[in-house]
Amino acid sequence: MSSRIGVVTFPGSLDDRDAQRAIAIAGGEPVALWHGTTNLSGIDAVVLPGGFSYGDYLRAGAIARFSPIMSSVIDAAKSGMPVFGICNGFQVLCESHLLPGALTRNDHLHFICRDQKLRIENTTSAFTSGFDTNQEIVIPLKNGEGSYIADERTLDELEATGRIIARYVDVNPNGSRRDIAGITNEAGNVVGLMPHPEHAVEAGFGPSLDGLAFFTSVLSTLVNAS
Amino acid sequence: MSIDTTAQAADTPDAQQPWSELGLKADEYARIKEILGRRPTSAELAMYSVMWSEHCSYKSSKVHLRQFGDKVPKTDVLLVGMGENAGVVDVGDGYAVTFKVESHNHPSYVEPYQGAATGIGGIVRDILTMGARPIAVMDPLRFGPADAPDTQRVLPGIVAGIGGYGNCLGLPNIGGEVVFDQSYLGNPLVNALCVGVMKHEDILLATASGTGNLVVLFGAKTGGDGIGGVSVLASETFDADGPAKRPSVQVGDPFTEKVLIECCLEIFAENIIVGIQDLGGAGISCATSELASNGDGGMHVILDSVPLRDATLSPEEILMSESQERMCAIVEPAHLDRFMEICGKWDVDAVVIGTVNSSGRLTIEWQGEQIVDVPPRTVAHEGPVYNRPFAKPASQDLLAANTATSLQRPQSAEEFVHTVLTLVGSPNLADKSWITSQYDRYVLGNTASATPEDAGMVRLDDSTSRGVAISTDCNARFTMLNPYLGAQLALSEAYRNVAATGARPIAVTNCLNFGSPEDPSVMWQFSEAVTGLADACLTLGVPVTGGNVSFYNQTGETAILPTPVVGVLGVIDDVHTHLSHALPADGLTLIVLGETKAEFDGSEWAHVVHAHLGGQPPQPDLEAEANLAEVLITAANQGLVSAAHDISDGGLAQAVVEMCLRGNRGATLNLTGDAFTQLWSESVARAVVALTAEQAAELLALALQHEVPAEVIGTSGGTSFVVNAPEVTFSIAVDQLREVHTATLPALFDH
Repeated sequence: MSSRIGVVTFPGSLDDRDAQRAIAIAGGEPVALWHGTTNLSGIDAVVLPGGFSYGDYLRAGAIARFSPIMSSVIDAAKSGMPVFGICNGFQVLCESHLLPGALTRNDHLHFICRDQKLRIENTTSAFTSGFDTNQEIVIPLKNGEGSYIADERTLDELEATGRIIARYVDVNPNGSRRDIAGITNEAGNVVGLMPHPEHAVEAGFGPSLDGLAFFTSVLSTLVNAS
Repeated sequence: MSIDTTAQAADTPDAQQPWSELGLKADEYARIKEILGRRPTSAELAMYSVMWSEHCSYKSSKVHLRQFGDKVPKTDVLLVGMGENAGVVDVGDGYAVTFKVESHNHPSYVEPYQGAATGIGGIVRDILTMGARPIAVMDPLRFGPADAPDTQRVLPGIVAGIGGYGNCLGLPNIGGEVVFDQSYLGNPLVNALCVGVMKHEDILLATASGTGNLVVLFGAKTGGDGIGGVSVLASETFDADGPAKRPSVQVGDPFTEKVLIECCLEIFAENIIVGIQDLGGAGISCATSELASNGDGGMHVILDSVPLRDATLSPEEILMSESQERMCAIVEPAHLDRFMEICGKWDVDAVVIGTVNSSGRLTIEWQGEQIVDVPPRTVAHEGPVYNRPFAKPASQDLLAANTATSLQRPQSAEEFVHTVLTLVGSPNLADKSWITSQYDRYVLGNTASATPEDAGMVRLDDSTSRGVAISTDCNARFTMLNPYLGAQLALSEAYRNVAATGARPIAVTNCLNFGSPEDPSVMWQFSEAVTGLADACLTLGVPVTGGNVSFYNQTGETAILPTPVVGVLGVIDDVHTHLSHALPADGLTLIVLGETKAEFDGSEWAHVVHAHLGGQPPQPDLEAEANLAEVLITAANQGLVSAAHDISDGGLAQAVVEMCLRGNRGATLNLTGDAFTQLWSESVARAVVALTAEQAAELLALALQHEVPAEVIGTSGGTSFVVNAPEVTFSIAVDQLREVHTATLPALFDH
C-alpha cells in the first residue's frame, strides 16, 4: 500500500494541485486536506504547498499558521510526522515555530521566477535522503518573500548541526543569509524549502526532474520507518 | 438627499441634468428621453452614460467590427462567436478553449500598479464567466522610449502590478510583448490576455432567464473605487489641465479574486446556475442590464441589498462602481442553498439582490422607491452607433514615399559587427527577463513553453498531452505605414509564431489600440486595419472569436502608432513534440524556410540605427504563411527538426543570435547573395530550423512539397556567431552577444 501524503489547501494556495501531482508521480497517494478541518485523514506525511495563503496579508504565512488544520499539523510534526513546507509552506512553518528564522522580502524587492541551481547539503532529512551529498540540482524558484533570515547564533547552529538542507549556488536570488534555500528541524522530519521541487518532476514541464527525489525520499523514509 | 424616482422624473421633465459631464452628447441624451418617454432619473442617467460610453458600447467601432462576423471563414471549431464575454473554440477530445485580449491602457497610465493589476483581474473574470478554468495569461505591453523619465515611472509599476496580481491568482504568465516607441510615451498600452479551458457541455452564457429565478451578487463588497472609470477614463485623453482623475482607478485584491475563481469553479461543477456575468466596466449597471437583455424577460433589483464597503455611497455610485472581484449569477430558487453553501466554504459574500420576471423591463428600487425603469436592451445592446467620418491623411503618401532605400548600410566587417550588437542590445530586441522573471511561469504545472519562446504553450490539464499555444504580435510601425497590410502582418507574425512551436493556428482574438475616433485620420487607420485583418483571417481560415477596442490613445492631438494587437491560438496534440528555438547541439544544419526580399521599410534596423520610419511595410503573403505553417507543424509532429524560430523583428541575424543565446552555443552562417539583405530584411513567411544532416534532406523534400523555398545557410556549434558572405566575414563571441543582450533592461530599470 502506498503512503498517504496530505496536501493542505489554504485559501490562496496555488501549488497545491502541483504538489499532489508530484506525490502521485513519485508513487504516493496524495490526499487533499482543507484548511478548515483539524482532521488529518490518516495521512503519513503532509505538504504545505506554495502560494499566497490569505493573500500574504500581514506577513506571508502569518494567518495560515492559525488555520484549524495547523494545530493538527504542529502536533503531528512534534510526534515525528514528516512535514514539507514549500515556499509559502516554508513561511507557514517558520510562522508556526516548527522551523527557526523567517522569510522576508527579496533584497531586490521584486518577485523573481527563475531556474535555480541548489546544492543539497543534508541527505538525512525525511525529504532529502534520496540525494547524494553535495548533489547539485536545478529547480524553479518563484517568490517575493524568500530571503531567509535568522540571528547569527541560530545560523551558526544550523550550520553546525547540518540542518541547512540546501543552499543557492551561483546566484543568491533573494538575499538569503548564508545562501540558505532550505532547512530542517533537529529531528529531520520537518523541512522547509523556498524553491519548488514539485515543478521539476515531469518531462516537458519544468527545467529538470530533479525535484522528484524530495518526494521519493519521504516515501522511502515512510517505508523504512514502518 | 432626496431620491430622484421615476415618478419624480416624469413630474419634472425640465430638471437640469449633468448629461454632458457624464460624457453624453446632446442627441444621445435626447434619445434616452425618447426611449423612456420622460427624462431619465439620475440613476438611469448614470447607467446610460456609462453603458453608452465608447468603452462599453463600441459605438464608433461597431460598424467596422461587423466585418469579423461577415467574413467568418469556413470553420468547424467555433463554438461561441463574437458578442459574448469571450469566444469559445473546439480544441478536440471534448475540450473547449476560450481566450481574449483586452486593454487597460488609461488606468495603467494614471496608476501603473493598480491599472495593470486590475487589467489582469478583469480579463480573467471574462474567461471565468464563460464557465472555464483560467489556465494562463499573457501581456502585450508598449511603452515610450526605454530611457524616458515617464517610462521609468510607469514600466516598473505596470510590471509589478501584472506580477503582483497574476502571481497571486496562480496563473502562469507565458508570454506577451514589450515594445518601446516614442508614440506611447504619454499613453502606454497595457493589454492583457487570458485563456481558459472547459468541456464543451460546460460553456456558460450571460443570460437571465426563468421568471422567479434569483439574481445573486457575490464576491467583494461594493466601494467607491472606479466610479465613472469607464466613461471618464476611457473616453478622454490625458490633458495637463484636466482635473485629477486618480480616484477613478479601481483597486484590485488578487486574493479575493483567487478565492472567487475557486468558488465559481466549484459552483460550475455542480451545474446550479442559469447564467453568469462578471462585474467589470460599468459594474452593476452593466451586469444587470446585460443579463436581463440576453434573457427572456425582465429583472427587478433591490439596490439596498448590495453589500457596501462605504455606507455613504449614493444609488448612482453603487450602479456605476467598478469595484473589482465581483460576479453576478442567476440561480434557481431550488439551488440557492447549495450556492450559498459553496460561497460560505470559500468565505465569499453572496447576496440575493433581485429576481428575474416577465416584465420586459429592468427595474431597480432604492429605499422602497423606484429609481430605474428601463428596457434593458436599450441600455446594454442598443446604444448609439456612429458612422464616424474617415479619410486617409494627406501625410500618408509622403510617409510612403520616404523609403529606407537611401539609408546608410554597413559595409565593413566592423560595421556589420556594430550593427549586430546595436540591434541585439536595442530595447525592443534585448532580453526581457528583467520583466518576465517577475511573472510566475510555472504555477499549475502545465507550462510547456513560455517567453522568450515564439509562443507560450500549456497543456489543457494533467490528464492529457493536448495543449494550446498562443502568440500576440503587432509591429505598429508597419501598421503606421499601411494599416491594412500592417494588421495582416500582425496576424501573419502571430500565426507564424504559433506554427513555429508546432501548434496548428485555429482562432484569433484582437485588441485594437488606436487614437481618437473623432479624428478622421485615426478612423481611416482603424477601418483599414479592421478590413485588412478580417480579410486575412478569412484567407488563413482562422475566425476572430472576440476582442476589444481601445480608442483615445493619444497625447494631446498626437495619436499612438495604430496598434492592432493580434493574438493567435493554436492546438497541438502532444505538447511534448513542441519546438523550442534553443540550438540543442553542435553540428546541426541550419535551414531558412521562405523567401528573403530586400524589405527594410519600417524594419527594426531602420528604427534603431536610423530612427527612420517611412515607405511600405513588407508585403504580406498569406498563402506562403499557410504553406510555411504546414511545413513547421508537420516537421514538429514527425520529429524532423531540433529547433525552430520565426524570422521577424531584426531579421535572420536576430533570429539566429537568439537561437545561439538560448542554446548557449555558436553558429556559422554561409550566406550567398547580399549579406545585409540576408541578415536584416524583415520579409514575411520565414523561419529558421535546425536539424541533423540526415533529417535535412527530408525537410527539404517536405518544403518542396509545400512550395516553400528552403536554403541551407549554416551549422550550429562553436562559441561564436560567425557570418561568411561574399563581401564580408565577421564573428562575434556568444558571450559578448549575451552580455549586450542582457545588459540593456537592468541598466535602465535596476535602481
